[in-house]
Amino acid sequence: MSTFERVVKILNDMDAGEGIELTPSTTFEELGLDSLSVVEITMSCEDEFGIEIDTDSNPTTLGEFVELIDAKLGE
Amino acid sequence: MSFSIIATGSALPKKVVTNDDLAQFLDTSDEWIVTRTGIKTRHVATDETTSSLAVEAAKNALDMAHLSPSDLDLIICTTVTHDYITPSLACVVQGELGANCPALDINAACSGFLYALDVADGYFARGRVEKVLVVSSELLTRITDWRDRATAVLFGDGAGAVVLGRGDALRSIKIGAKGNPDPLYSPNVGGISPWRADKTEPECFLHMNGQEVFKFAVSTVSADLIDVAQEAGIDVSSLDHAVLHQANLRILDAAARKCGLAPEKMEVIIDETGNMSSACIPIALDRLVRSGRLHSGEWVALAGFGGGYTSGAACFKWD
Repeated sequence: MSTFERVVKILNDMDAGEGIELTPSTTFEELGLDSLSVVEITMSCEDEFGIEIDTDSNPTTLGEFVELIDAKLGE
Repeated sequence: MSFSIIATGSALPKKVVTNDDLAQFLDTSDEWIVTRTGIKTRHVATDETTSSLAVEAAKNALDMAHLSPSDLDLIICTTVTHDYITPSLACVVQGELGANCPALDINAACSGFLYALDVADGYFARGRVEKVLVVSSELLTRITDWRDRATAVLFGDGAGAVVLGRGDALRSIKIGAKGNPDPLYSPNVGGISPWRADKTEPECFLHMNGQEVFKFAVSTVSADLIDVAQEAGIDVSSLDHAVLHQANLRILDAAARKCGLAPEKMEVIIDETGNMSSACIPIALDRLVRSGRLHSGEWVALAGFGGGYTSGAACFKWD
């Protein structure tokens, strides 16, 4: 499963963006997520991928978020 | 054998401020505040002080315990918003009550109440005390920046107290600290020393990185709840009640999800009170006790987290 697919699964588990087609260009705002929801998703991804993500990283799209995770996994 | 909580008490200022009241002078709304924090109202001191609320809460707890102040062997107070830099709040409370035991303050921010219980546990373990009064009292509105819509909506004032007596209700307790002052702090006065290099006078208001604090809070409190439950010999899902520091309803919801606790077991007072730092847990516990919903033999966990960072949690089998 790709990083993007794993992130989408986490979003689905958290009922984020129901009824919206998720693509790399989808923004957190389009998903109706405020800053604290993004922190919650970040924390779930930290658990899923075994990494730590700074809260001030501020990705705006799912694609940017996936890039951030992949960069951390490559460190 | 350590201690049991034999009585509780609390006190809140008379004045209640709604979100609509705040929207009169801040660019905010009831909908924005409720959605992001769960807070609908907060009690705000007008003529009340940190000391007066502490004394009122202490008297309520002593009344419930059917004890007089002279029965106390130790008074521990927690606050980050005392009326004085010195003397301690505990000494002021001791004087007002007319007690004659040792009295000391602890500053561990919003985890202060758990730190106080841990200190008390040590006094019981050494056989130095039979009855201990713990009071957490805060006037967060004193250090709130009322020009900042991000933080001004969060805080309130209040005091909570417990009387501890020798017993075995306490089954586990832990406290922790991760020295990191940046995400949540309030500077002290600069002073007028002629030798002070920086002549600017800092504003003694709370500064907070909300997202970072949210992350610390959820991860720490959920792990602490699991730890203290496990040490008490139960699974976290077996807890009957969880009384957590009330910083944000979203933190309570996220922590419950993360540690596998049914959300209805989480005590919630933040909707009415806002964040009152170390006073939140004993006030919420007092509400739980006085509502008659906490029964003998039930498991209850307390957990705090806050500036420092500090954290603490405890698990009780209520007697």
